[in-house]
Amino acid sequence: MVDYCVHVTIENKPGISDPEGKTILNDLVLKGTHQNVSKINTAKMLKFTITENNKESAQSKVREICDELRIYNPMVSVVTIDAFDA
Amino acid sequence: MNVGVVVFPGSNCDRDMFHVLSDVFNLNTHYCWHAKPLPENLDAVVLPGGFSYGDRLRAGVIAAHSPIIQDIKKISEKGIPILGVCNGFQILVESGLLPGVLLKNDSLNFMCEWTNLTVENNKTPFTNQFELNQKIPIPIANGEGRYFVDDETLDQLERKNQIVFKYDQVVNGSSNQIAGVCNDDGNIVGMMPHPERAVESEINPHDNKPSSLIFESLLKKMGVNN
Repeated sequence: MVDYCVHVTIENKPGISDPEGKTILNDLVLKGTHQNVSKINTAKMLKFTITENNKESAQSKVREICDELRIYNPMVSVVTIDAFDA
Repeated sequence: MNVGVVVFPGSNCDRDMFHVLSDVFNLNTHYCWHAKPLPENLDAVVLPGGFSYGDRLRAGVIAAHSPIIQDIKKISEKGIPILGVCNGFQILVESGLLPGVLLKNDSLNFMCEWTNLTVENNKTPFTNQFELNQKIPIPIANGEGRYFVDDETLDQLERKNQIVFKYDQVVNGSSNQIAGVCNDDGNIVGMMPHPERAVESEINPHDNKPSSLIFESLLKKMGVNN
């Protein structure tokens, strides 16, 4: 059993408005010299450290926790879960 | 008649709600700490506003896992009236007792202002004393008050008459300007505006009577003469 670092990224589903992302795009990035940026989505990231047998089980365990405890709200959000060696 | 006001770590409208229920409407009111079982003699339960657990992760989601929520689910199945106000509404949606979700206001601002509601459903335990489409001047105070449901759920809410209150104009980007909804059975109502801040003429510069009808509806439901 070893420690794994699992990143959980929570973001809005496509079609759910993200006013914070729009503000960062329109009022910060596009007001500078970076005119080639077309979209910014904000997200929340949680970094888990979890002890498991392997990377796959670390990832699936964290997904299970996220689903069970409603770490993200499935009505409006999607999660991406990535596991790394700690 | 016994009413419980549930207190979570970070609730901050519990005392206002307690005052209104006990001093204005003469109800036997009890604080109910979230980590203890819900008293068994309650005839109604109110989840007050505030910032349970500092709104960490998402407003209401951590409180939705409090032990008392399981008790509230059980008594709600018996038809006991449950009202969630502001953070109480957020907790009810996060616990799955009400449909939808509350997102950050479109403006990203914490909004503290007077709004006007219209009553869309006057059959619930908290709206039975209203005329349909009656207006209620009432304050909001929230950062995450934008009610959202997907189109399919919205159709369902409309079909089953689960939309209880709407804002009379665009306030925060809520789906269909929804300010409050109820469950399928109609006994659980959640609303973002604060009726407990609007029922007394001393603190209501508009008209305090419509907000009072929310509580008078509960009295009527319970057969209490105030």
